[in-house]
Amino acid sequence: MSHLFEMVKRFKLYPRQVEWLGFRALAVGSVLTITPIFMVVIYILVQGGPAISWGFLTQMPQNGMREGGILPALVGTLYLTLGTAIFSVPLGIGAAIYLSEYSSDSSLTRIIRLAIINLAGIPSVVYGLFGLGLFVIFLNFGTSILAASLTLSIMTLPVIISTTEEALRAVPQSFRVVAISLGATRWQAIRRVVLPQALPGILTGVILGLERAAGETAPILFTGAAFFLPRLPQSPMDATMALPYHLFVISTQVPGMPIRIQYGTVLVLLTFVLGMNIVATVIRSRARARRQW
Amino acid sequence: MESKHPLEFLITWFIRLTGYSSIFFVVLILFFLVSEGLPALSEVSLDTLFSTRWYPIESYYGILPLILGSLVVTIGAMLIAVPFGIGTAVYLSEVARPMVREILKPLVEILAGLPSVMLGFLGIQVVSPFLREFLDLPTGLTAFAGSLLLGGIAIPTIVSIAEDAMNNVPQSYRQGALALGATRWQTMWGVTFPAARSGIITAIMLGLGRAIGETMTVMMVTGNAPIMPNSIRALFMPIRTMTATIASEMGEVAAGSIHYHVLFFIGIVLFLLALIVNITASWVSMRKQTHKERVLS
Repeated sequence: MSHLFEMVKRFKLYPRQVEWLGFRALAVGSVLTITPIFMVVIYILVQGGPAISWGFLTQMPQNGMREGGILPALVGTLYLTLGTAIFSVPLGIGAAIYLSEYSSDSSLTRIIRLAIINLAGIPSVVYGLFGLGLFVIFLNFGTSILAASLTLSIMTLPVIISTTEEALRAVPQSFRVVAISLGATRWQAIRRVVLPQALPGILTGVILGLERAAGETAPILFTGAAFFLPRLPQSPMDATMALPYHLFVISTQVPGMPIRIQYGTVLVLLTFVLGMNIVATVIRSRARARRQW
Repeated sequence: MESKHPLEFLITWFIRLTGYSSIFFVVLILFFLVSEGLPALSEVSLDTLFSTRWYPIESYYGILPLILGSLVVTIGAMLIAVPFGIGTAVYLSEVARPMVREILKPLVEILAGLPSVMLGFLGIQVVSPFLREFLDLPTGLTAFAGSLLLGGIAIPTIVSIAEDAMNNVPQSYRQGALALGATRWQTMWGVTFPAARSGIITAIMLGLGRAIGETMTVMMVTGNAPIMPNSIRALFMPIRTMTATIASEMGEVAAGSIHYHVLFFIGIVLFLLALIVNITASWVSMRKQTHKERVLS
């Protein structure tokens, strides 16, 4: 035993060997972290692919959702995403312009930043509670697309503000100085010079924010999501089905649900979200390649 | 100059208002949580509220099993997410060749964008049957399944913020260490990592915040049983978190009932937890700035 202990004690690696081993270990760890994502995407493609057809995307669910398509859920998610965009995009971009172009480093600005950090950290289900208390009950919107969109908008706001602010700050200060020295007012300088330059970055941020809204379930659980509706929503005051909530329903609440339809729904949701992600990434990398400053 | 044109005046005010809106929303959220949740304190005695039994149908409103349920799942998730997240961040920032990094980073971003309900679905279909077989459990829908998936949800947050922090360490630090004869491995852990320490703590805190607040995944895979976790074995038994309780019960309660108020009270607890985690995170990263200024001056 003591012999073994001596051996361990004398066993010493050179720094180079430690480095070699360490690099390999880190590489293996990273691959272990990242391969599951690959596997998830491919697994869903394989399992869900056969369920996808034109009818699946354009038909109403039938026979207690066990047959037919997912049209109302797909349309509902589109409505919710658009509704969220209507409120959160002007508000978020406005707030980012304020923070990047107007505010000074005052204690008020620091409080605003703290508020944004705080908004970003509030759990999604707490947004759901807030939406229920304010929009559904207090303002009497009922469970509706309007209430759900407003709830999702506030949740999305910090993502849009922080990415937009970053894009605005990346525009060199000299651009503003030149515009103003040529007689432009502050807003003209922002509108004509800063915003166009920052546009790709802003778009990326907006899409990533909306991507998150499109995939969320908890905030719409009690503010706008419906278990099943026999027809498409007719107005913003109607409740709506939505892809993520629909997936939750058919995977936990409906007994005897064909597995094919479940995976098909996952695949549609994944395509929706991943599609937005890819668009955002392409916009960003193309803008980077073209940027001259 | 700004008030010359009425339009400019209007736009400036609009932008100012949107700037303040975040404060307004935080106050509004807090106000509604408190106004709907605080009545719980007068309707249910504190002894009941902090007891170990959650069974609202018979007026047992003990939220301790739910708080501990959240803690067990979150700690499990962090035990997975911290080593793998930090390891991946260090690998991406210090070791990986640029080409490898360009491939791996978008994948991490994809993981960040996957809807939590989708991970919950995969948890039900793939992870929990596997765990049941592999660990020979009566059910795979356990706290451990939740931890595993929550770990996956916290990882992208940790990777992207920790990697930023490592990248922000001035190149001269590394060059100095290498010039003194340190290997890259020694430089990474002896110089770069400590210099990025506060950013890495921020990354861990924000990952923690995501894990505590996650709802759909834990609701779908942890088996939804509000049992008091009392030993390490609880990790392999069904459990119920605070978030899952709100999500699964709020749909069925009448507005204004005791149960409704208690669920909002749980919302206040979650809000405060998120507040503590986020303020700690931003406090750590603000301290970093003053530290950096000191070093560079």
